Parts: sequence; C-alpha cells; structure tokens
Amino acid sequence: EWSAGKTVKPPDQLELTEAELKEEFTRVLTANNPHAPQNIVRYNFKERAYKPISHIDQTAIHFSLNGNLILKDSDEGRRQSLRSGNASEKAPVETSAEASEGSGVKDEGSTEDTQAAEGAETAKAAEAAEEEEPPPTKEKERKLANQFNFIERSSRTINNPLRERASQSEPTPCKNFSGNANQWVIYDAYIEEVQKMEKSKEKEKPKAQTAKKEEKGKKLTSLESQSDDITKISNAAKIVERMVNQNTFDDIAQDFKYFEDASDEYRDHRGTLLPLWKFQYDKTKRLSVTAISWNPKYKDLFAVGYGSYDFMKQSQGMLVLYTMKNPSFPEYVFSSESGIMCLDIHDDHPHLMAVGFYDGNVAIYNLKKATSQPSYKSSGKSGKHTDPVWQVKWQKDDMDNNLNFFSVSSDGRIVSWTLVKNELVYTDIIKLPAEGTVMQGPEGLQLQTFGCGTSFDFHKKIDYLFLVGTEEGKIYKCSKCYSSQFLDVFEAHHMAVDSISWNPYHLKVFISCSSDWTVKIWDHTIKTPMFVYDLNAAVGDVAWSPYSSTVFAAVTTDGKAHVFDLNINKYEALCNQIVVAKKKNKITHIQFNPMYPIVIIGDERGQIVCLKLSPNLRKMPKEKKGQEVKKGPEVEIAKLEKLLSLVREP
Amino acid sequence: MADTGEGKKEEAEYKRLHSFPLIRHTDMPDEMRVEAMELCVTACEKYATNNESAAKMIKEMMDKKFGSSWHVVIGEGFGFEITHEVKNLLYMFFGGSLAVCVWKCS
Repeated sequence: EWSAGKTVKPPDQLELTEAELKEEFTRVLTANNPHAPQNIVRYNFKERAYKPISHIDQTAIHFSLNGNLILKDSDEGRRQSLRSGNASEKAPVETSAEASEGSGVKDEGSTEDTQAAEGAETAKAAEAAEEEEPPPTKEKERKLANQFNFIERSSRTINNPLRERASQSEPTPCKNFSGNANQWVIYDAYIEEVQKMEKSKEKEKPKAQTAKKEEKGKKLTSLESQSDDITKISNAAKIVERMVNQNTFDDIAQDFKYFEDASDEYRDHRGTLLPLWKFQYDKTKRLSVTAISWNPKYKDLFAVGYGSYDFMKQSQGMLVLYTMKNPSFPEYVFSSESGIMCLDIHDDHPHLMAVGFYDGNVAIYNLKKATSQPSYKSSGKSGKHTDPVWQVKWQKDDMDNNLNFFSVSSDGRIVSWTLVKNELVYTDIIKLPAEGTVMQGPEGLQLQTFGCGTSFDFHKKIDYLFLVGTEEGKIYKCSKCYSSQFLDVFEAHHMAVDSISWNPYHLKVFISCSSDWTVKIWDHTIKTPMFVYDLNAAVGDVAWSPYSSTVFAAVTTDGKAHVFDLNINKYEALCNQIVVAKKKNKITHIQFNPMYPIVIIGDERGQIVCLKLSPNLRKMPKEKKGQEVKKGPEVEIAKLEKLLSLVREP
Repeated sequence: MADTGEGKKEEAEYKRLHSFPLIRHTDMPDEMRVEAMELCVTACEKYATNNESAAKMIKEMMDKKFGSSWHVVIGEGFGFEITHEVKNLLYMFFGGSLAVCVWKCS
C-alpha cells in the first residue's frame, strides 16, 4: 500500500548512518557508452607490440532491423523497375542508404558513421537479394564500362605436357700410365739411343746386313698385320689337319714308305702297282683330269688341271694342287672360266705355273699370291690361240731374264709367251702347215690351212730342238730358229699324237703315243720307230720314268696302266693293271714322281690315284760280283744304247 | 779436385752430346707429337732454370692448341701414375737429365 510521507524500505536495504546519507555523490552524464570497453588493445605489426586503440567505438545499438529498400538508380533498382514494366510507383523509390556491389559509395559513406554496422548488414542483405534475383534481359541493358565494372574473359591454350629428357655423352677413353723419372733411367735411355744411332750408321754400309734388316722388318710387319685370329692359328690348324690325315691313312703312308711287294720274286719279272691314296675334290667331280705335273721343288706337291675333252660339254676349269701329306683336301684351288687343258710348273720358280685353256688362252698362276685368279692372262687382243691349247712348257729365261714359255694349239701355231713387265707378250714361233693343203680361195688367194699341234716336248740338252706332234699323226722335228721350215718329219701315227716325250737320259730317243692304240719309241735320226707297242685301246698318255732310261708307263682309255722295262722285256709290258674303279672311266694322264717310286694317274672323273711301283718295275741293273756298280746317267744311256743297237738295222 | 773437375767435364760433355729430345713413350698422332715435342724443347730451353715456368708455358700452349685440360710435369727425379685420355700422352727426356711428362685429362 502506498502511503505518502512514509518511506517504504525494502527489507534488504543498506543501513547507513546519517552522515553517510548526507554525503553527496556527483554523477556526470556523458554520451559515452558505459558498456563499451575502455582499453581495447590491438597488436600492431609495425611496432610488433600491443597498442591500445586510440578511439573506441561508443556506439550502442539498441535496435536493428534488416530492411529491403534499394536505391532507385542502382543496378538492382533499375533491373527491378524494368522487370515491373517501368511501374515507377511500385519501384522502391525511397532513397535509403543501401549499397550495391560497386556503386553508391558516397551515399553509403554518409550514413556510415551513424549506422555503420547496420549498413554493413543491410549491404549484405542487398547482395543476397541481388543474387537471388535472375539476371536481367541482355540486349536492352547497356553495361557500364568503367574501371569498377568490367568483365574478365580469358582463355588458355593447351600446353603440351612437359617431359624430362637427359643423356650423357660417352666419357673420353682414358688409360693409366705410370713411370719413374730418375737420373739413371734418363741416362740409360740416352746411352741406348746413342748406341742405336751408331749401329744404324754402321749398318748402312755393308749390303748383307741391310738385307737382314729388311727381312727382320718384313717379319715384324707380317706379324703386326696378322691381327685376324683365324690367320694366327692357320699354320697350327694345317699341321693338325695333316696329322689327322696321316693317322687316318696311316696304313697307306706305311705302305708308301716301306712296303715292298715280296711276291714280286715269284712273278717272273712282272710287277704290280699298289694303289695308295686317292685324291678327289668335290668341285672337280664333273671334270676330267687334263694335266698333271709334279712340283720340282716340293716332291710331295703336285698340280692337277681339270677341264673337259668333250667338245660339246665345255664348262669351267680348275687348277688344284694336292700334297701327299693331305689326301683329303687340296692345298690350293684356282678356278677358271674355261677348262684347263695343260699345265707346266717352272723349274726355278716352283710357285709359277703356266696353264693353257680350252678357249685358247694361256695364263700364269702364282702360288705365292693369295688370289684365285691368274697373275697374268692372255686375251683376245694379246694373241691367244683360236683353238684349245694342248701343251705348255716353260723355257729358260731369255736374255733379258724374262720368264717365257711355249704353247702349242690346234690352230697350228706354236707361240712363245714372254712375261715382260707384268704383261704377257706373244711371239709366233712356227705355224704348222698341213701338207698339200694350199687351197685356192676366192679371188685367187692362196689359203694355207694349218695343221693342229697336239703335243710337244723340248730337248733336255739341245735348247733349240723340239718335237711337235699333230692331229694328223705326224711328228715334226723343229728348231726355234727356223719359223717356217722343219728339220724333219716323222710319219708317226694314224691318229692324233697325244703325247711326246724325250728320254730323260738318252739324247736321241723319244717316245710317242696316240689314239691309234700304239706307243712308239724313236731315235730322232731314224725315220722308223725302234719299238712299237699295241695296247688294244687308245693311249692317253705315256711317260718315261725318271730313275731309269728303259722304264716307261702308258695309260689307256680302258682304265689300264701299262709299265714297260725295255731292259727286261722288249716286247711285253711288265705290268698291265686296271687302275680305276669303274670300267667306263678313261684314264687321261700319268706322271712319275721324280723322287719316290710312285706314279699318279688321273682319270675322266676328276680323280687322282697314286700308285706305288713294285720292285720288279724299278729294277736297277744287277751288279756282278766284285764289280763296282756304276750309277748315273751314263749307265742309263749305255743301257738304252745297247738295246737300240739290237733293233737298228746294221 | 782434379777428379771432380774431370767429372764435371764429362758430365757437361755427356749433356752436350745427349741433349737431344728422346721420346720415351707416346701414343699421340704424328703431327701432335711433333708439335708437342718441339714445344717442350722450346719451353725447357727458355726456362732452363725454372721448371715451373716451363711447365706453365707448355700447359698453356697445349690448352690453346689442343683443348683443355692438359697437365705437365717437368723434373729430374719423380715417379708418377696418371690417367690420361687415349692418344694424348707424351713422355720424353731432354737435356740429358730432364724428364717431361705431358698428358691430357679433363
């Protein structure tokens, strides 16, 4: 109940004394917000310290209301007015201090002081409101372009992705090197050098020593050039190959060396040929052996020429060298386009071989050179024969020390070839005329046909004398000095003379064989033959033995080899033996080995057979007791002379 | 005294006779070898008393002519073990008592 004059005291009022009640308290009213803090401190980054704020905001907000009033001229306002179809009454006209995103800063600025917080909040609301509303129509709207209202447009090209690549060049090759440079090393080196220089000065004078140096130099260079591994072991491989062959053919080698047919004693002078090695080579299977020759220096090496006697079947030719030490593979092989018909090995230069071809060319092969081509070859321009070359023979070096050889061919020319300065130069020695064949050609020309030479042989002692056998069966005795005349003519055979050979001991005797089945022995001073042998088949080749003047061997096309010894039996062969395996195989050539008692026989199938002569075939004249056995060529000559004298007419 | 005097004479004689450049080991190509050898001889004769200057001259000339980087050792008594680029080594004696080793290695 409220009654005047009576003060109502609440129950928990302070009990104060009178003095305290009369105390005056002054109270000041300011505009300051009593709730605002008075000592706000902010961190100042510049001074790196906390600093009190100078002016503290005293505003106290009592009421806030979010409004939705927009300035009429602002973007949003215009958009709305457009949307509402220019109904300006409805558009919010009231200029309330509302800020859009980038305009109306001035307006906002004026009310910022009083209602800063409110403005911020309302600005946010306006933004939100703007965002909610869809964008206005484009064409009619003219965009303001100032520095505050711009449209960014950007694009970006596609960049290829980057890739790292790294490489490093090869480091330069390096080597280590070490040495010691002491006074004594230097001194020694100098002394050695001085000695070398003095020696080289001395060596310049005597010739023999320079030759030695050259050899040493050559050895060094050859060693240096042998960089190929295969060539280094080629020598060793060759030796091993030969050893293997020796082991394989051991029994043959033993026979060759030691076997002497004991049964010869019971055979009453007849002998046999013991077959030893067979030499054949794949590539020569289709070719026939056309020439054989033993190497004069290396007694185990022989050369075989391959070609074809058949006129229709002409193919390539080969020159193959075999050694008895290696029967399974040849030592050297040379191939040529045309079949080889004859060959001869030079006596002084055993590495040079002269070869005659079926196409009329001649060539010289050099064994020392590694090529398979001839060193020198004749050609169409340089005077080759027009028919096959049947025989070639080396001669002694001529006056200019040039090598030269002779060749005889079916075109009737005997040509001497000289090796002058790496070229083959030819000289016609003789043209063989055929008798009675001076024909009358057209326009009154006198044509002379030539006879065909098929074989020749030079006398061992008389240099200029030689014999030529022809296809008609005549043998001409010729001299190198006379080019158109013969010294003599022998009516030797009825068919072509296949081979002629002077006796190695007796200076007057020679032997000839022919396809007319006969072998004839002649004395060149007498027109008729001394001995005639009919062998029942065409005789391919005949050869004197090197150890006796009375022994010779002949081979026939029926595959037989016949060995005769005039000393023992003047009329019959001591040995008739079939030498080749197949019956249809014709034997083409035979040669005696100059040192060993063996012969080699070549046949039509490219095979070479080596046979050993049994003791009966190699008989030396029996020594009478107490008498000294004379050995040597004189004995041989005397032997043969005795025989001949029996046959000659008294 | 006489002996040492004679000894000195002999030494001088030896040096005079054997002062030609003697190549001990090299794997350089011909022209490079000849040029390098002549350069060494020139340098050693010019700086007969100072090995370092001689070596410096040789090294700089070789660098200019044949590319970097070259190393040169000149002396009368030393042992060495080096790694050098192939075909770029010259080891020679000169003047009866000097040994020169020139090699390239970068």
